[in-house]
Amino acid sequence: MKIKAFMGAVATALGVVAMAASASAQSKTKVGFVYVGPIGDHGWSYQHHQALLAVKKELGDKVETTHVENVPEGPDAERVIDQLASQGHSIIFTTSFGFMNPTIKVAQKYPKVKFEHISGYKRADNVATANIRYYEGRYIAGILAAKASKTGTIGYIASFPIPEVVMGINAAYLGAKSVNPNVKFKIIWVSTWFDPGKEADAAKALADQGADVLFQHTDSPAAPKFAEERKIFAIGQASDMKSFAPNAILTSLVNNWSDYYIARVKAAMDGTWKSDDTWAGLDKGMLKIAEFGPGVSAEARALATAARDKIAKGELHPFTGPLKKQDGTEFLKAGEKISDAALSGMNFYVQGIEGALPK
Amino acid sequence: MDLAFAIVAGLIVAATPLVFAALGELVVEKSGVLNLGVEGMMIIGAIAGFAAKLAFDSYVLGFAAAMMAGAAMAGLFGVLVLFFLSNQVATGLALTLFGLGVSALVGQGYSGKTAGAFPRLDGVGLPGLDVICLIAIGLAFGVAWWLGKTRSGLILRAVGENHDAAHAIGYPVRLVRFLALLFGGAMAGAGGAYLSLVQTPFWAEKMTAGRGWIALALVVFAAWMPLRVLAGALLFGGITILQLHSQAFGLKIDAQLLSMLPYLATIAVLVAISREGAGRRRVQPQSLGKPFYAAT
Repeated sequence: MKIKAFMGAVATALGVVAMAASASAQSKTKVGFVYVGPIGDHGWSYQHHQALLAVKKELGDKVETTHVENVPEGPDAERVIDQLASQGHSIIFTTSFGFMNPTIKVAQKYPKVKFEHISGYKRADNVATANIRYYEGRYIAGILAAKASKTGTIGYIASFPIPEVVMGINAAYLGAKSVNPNVKFKIIWVSTWFDPGKEADAAKALADQGADVLFQHTDSPAAPKFAEERKIFAIGQASDMKSFAPNAILTSLVNNWSDYYIARVKAAMDGTWKSDDTWAGLDKGMLKIAEFGPGVSAEARALATAARDKIAKGELHPFTGPLKKQDGTEFLKAGEKISDAALSGMNFYVQGIEGALPK
Repeated sequence: MDLAFAIVAGLIVAATPLVFAALGELVVEKSGVLNLGVEGMMIIGAIAGFAAKLAFDSYVLGFAAAMMAGAAMAGLFGVLVLFFLSNQVATGLALTLFGLGVSALVGQGYSGKTAGAFPRLDGVGLPGLDVICLIAIGLAFGVAWWLGKTRSGLILRAVGENHDAAHAIGYPVRLVRFLALLFGGAMAGAGGAYLSLVQTPFWAEKMTAGRGWIALALVVFAAWMPLRVLAGALLFGGITILQLHSQAFGLKIDAQLLSMLPYLATIAVLVAISREGAGRRRVQPQSLGKPFYAAT
């Protein structure tokens, strides 16, 4: 832990130097971005950086952007955010759940600076929150997976049992079940967001036990890569992972922050910015379903596209009753749609998923 | 494929990077030097091997580059520790941080690329295994034989047990230690390259994810015996793989508990060997971590 903290401090120090170097023009609106990982992770932070580039492209000379990557969640984050705020950035995007408390703390010190925190739930007059309805994409990917699977067994590599991940598993299962009522899910919790070696081991264990489509809620492309070698299928996470596994990838669920970031920066510039909570998905294009791979049949393509369009229009919600929990108790009556509050606290498997959810 | 065999194959694959790195560190510690930079040397090996494989399209050159890069890191450590007498613990930690940083810098252009699938031994009745795993297993026996049965192995142990006595008899203490460090670095580099070229196979920042530290714990766990390193690595790797399989079977075992086991086992062994006073003297190289001042 000490070593991690020290490395964090070094990374932060380097980041601060980079920031100082880029501070120049006055009249432009300064926009700051704080990333938890390296831009080169080809996943979470990479997608946020794509949004930064989109903001630059859209607003050109009117904005000046600063980004700090590899910021550890913890005390260092507060220092980095504080530094950005004190340097005259008018709007700052903090893009990881663990930046929530540091963001709120710094926001109290700088009431005129606007903050956008991603994936958290604490807001203030100058702190807005936003997140993506990833589960919508997992429902669609579930349809593709069940249609592509010959064994009827889907493997799922999960990170930590938080609601975000649990709702993803449930949504994927419901999607798969909608086209194959007998589909089976095998789930492995690897207790990490990022350990390519362990993710590859988990992928192998799932395949050895008969899974022929792999889902993941971890960040490295190890599972798709393994699927390619084993000639089975996989679903890509966060960004388009087709380059790693051109034959194996059925589709990737791509996070698209660009439109949201552009809209928020514009609002900050013309004074219409307000603190609020955005939780959008396919409807606003914040979640995109990447182009389908060669393993998707024409029938699967039609089913998935139809589901995608229905979800985007609000005609279909993956969590629509009657639905039971794993233990058989009903949590949604026939026709009832789950509330956002219930969804964001989800801590149980739906009926049909085997195995116990770790605490 | 037979599931039992698949599990065993998975276990050996998971253990291989640990076997390489821990055997290298064992030889280093047997010579009396503690190098905590294993994680750093592994990650440098991972990126160097990956880059060389992409550049020359050869696994042999990939592994060679990884071993040279790991040895270069160890050489740097050796110069600082043996000739400038810097603190071994601090220098080793610095080597790890340095390795993680440099590998991230060098690796920037390599994330998202892929090395292709490493040939497996499916054709000769060993599905899921590869020639490198077999080399790792053979290496454990080789190191055990060399340390125990050869004159040069005896000299290395003498240097690690009592460097003043070894020096008095006329053995080149610093040279022996430097060579041991180079071997340790090369092995750590090979372990890293196995991860980036065979097991995953791609490059990602921080992809060793703590395996260097497990290798260090393994050396203590194995009480500085090469064959026990092999057994320990299979056990540590085995715990991970069995844990994954038991979950996929739907058995209810706490993943966190199983992930903790290797470390608990190491602590237990540490306590055990520290308690038996005379026994401890037998297993731990007596000059381990102590600076050597060459009397001229």
